[in-house]
Amino acid sequence: MSKRRIIEWCVFIAPLPLLLVAAYLLPLLGIFRWSFTSPTPGFGNYTQIFTDPAIHGILLRSLRICLVVTVISVMLAYLIAYHWVFGPPWRQRIIEICVLIPFWISVLIRAFGWLIILRPRGLMNEWLMSAGLIGEPLALVRNEVGVVIGMVHFMVPFAIFPLVAVMRQIDPRVMAAARGLGAGPIRRFFEVFLPLSMPGVVGAFFIVFIFALGFFITPAILGGGRVVMIAEYVFLQMSQTANWGLGAALSVVLLIFVSIMMWVLLKVIRVERLVR
Amino acid sequence: MQGQSPGRTSATFAYLAMLFLLLPLAAVVPVSFTGRRFLSMPEGDWSLRHYQALATSPEWLGSIGTSFTIAVACAIVSTILATLFSLGIWYRRPGLTPVLVGFVLLPMAVPPIISALVLYFFATSIDLYDTVPGVVIAHVVVAVPYAVVTILVALTQVDRRIELAARNLGASIWQTTFLVLLPNIKLGIASAAFLSFILSWEEIAVTLFVTSFEIITLPRRIWSGLRDNIDPVIAAVSVFLIAITVTAIVIRMIVQARQGRAGGGQT
Repeated sequence: MSKRRIIEWCVFIAPLPLLLVAAYLLPLLGIFRWSFTSPTPGFGNYTQIFTDPAIHGILLRSLRICLVVTVISVMLAYLIAYHWVFGPPWRQRIIEICVLIPFWISVLIRAFGWLIILRPRGLMNEWLMSAGLIGEPLALVRNEVGVVIGMVHFMVPFAIFPLVAVMRQIDPRVMAAARGLGAGPIRRFFEVFLPLSMPGVVGAFFIVFIFALGFFITPAILGGGRVVMIAEYVFLQMSQTANWGLGAALSVVLLIFVSIMMWVLLKVIRVERLVR
Repeated sequence: MQGQSPGRTSATFAYLAMLFLLLPLAAVVPVSFTGRRFLSMPEGDWSLRHYQALATSPEWLGSIGTSFTIAVACAIVSTILATLFSLGIWYRRPGLTPVLVGFVLLPMAVPPIISALVLYFFATSIDLYDTVPGVVIAHVVVAVPYAVVTILVALTQVDRRIELAARNLGASIWQTTFLVLLPNIKLGIASAAFLSFILSWEEIAVTLFVTSFEIITLPRRIWSGLRDNIDPVIAAVSVFLIAITVTAIVIRMIVQARQGRAGGGQT
């Protein structure tokens, strides 16, 4: 019996956590140490983060863009999730396919597609010009517009899944009761359905916001180096200026911020409701 | 459901949202058939030259091979580790379960840029930077939480009494595992392996940090192409990848539909 217990612990349970301790937890502590020791020991990197106006600009821009992206993504996702759950069956199937395909396509290809559409001589500008709506190509990429469009496109599916999970749990009899009591469609939606689906909205909001903050591929491609946000800034510190300490310190600040948000999320909604 | 069936206006908006989701993927397709050397829409000059360039380029084919090898290795390692861990938790049900599971799922919750930095630190500190094993371990760390979730979900469908029955009949833990449990969760294991493969095959954030000149995966080559000069070959690669993805999704849906009809399958 105790031999079985040893096998259960050592052969089954232990290997994965041990790998993660070696390949993830210890290096994370290493990053933490870097932020205090590189290039010189002390709080220099953190002082720089709290005093450098250039970094403040980047942090504010990141928060602003992520907030805009999150609000738009959750609204779009709400619309899509609503039809996924309550639309006629054939529409549900179309929506499922239309959501899953982009979800599974590489983030690089999705950014590339937007580059084709949004660049100065791209599809959108050519179409607008041939329709006579504009005389000059609009700047739709290498600026915040392009970054927001690309990030919203990436984030929408991540917002849809928690919303669908919550909407599926809403008891249809409640809606029928509201209807029976004489509430019109608009009132039914705003006073009954929307409040009932709020856990999904909150969950989707946090998931998208947290993910958007630490995500740098789409902004790097569609921002073209002009719309640098915190994650891309860390990437640049590491890959171009070899400024390890500052990159590490910024990561630690980001990690603390994200941890606080996760903690709030866990307080506000019960995650197991989303998983079921 | 008649209490909330959606109206026509909102359906129109929903279809516009679908259009938005599919637009960038659709835009890639015609560009890949342009007859010109630069990124452009074909105007009567449709051509397969960029597909030909892709099929004869040692760099692109090499990257496809590298990515495939790494993704297969990542799928095998993360599926084995995730299966062992989940089964162990399921058998033993230790009081530490929430802590252990929470810890194992940690890399899923940490922002990609931080995971990338952490894995860079790991790869350089044990001399696995820019090597295949280094990339595989880095990808396993990123993919394994998803595999664990998938297998834990599959295990919730298994009736605990079959394990007790096997035990009472004197089966060893290995017999119980291989003869009783694994057959019961084989779909979950297959999903976990599939998921890990795709996550590794498409991984770019972490890969950028743990590779430089030696190991150039397919996403890494696309990334450099997008940043330097945009060659329409990237459009051809993209169409190739989109085709694979769409096929995989359709196959998965068919399999699920069959399972559903057979009854008792997981969704």
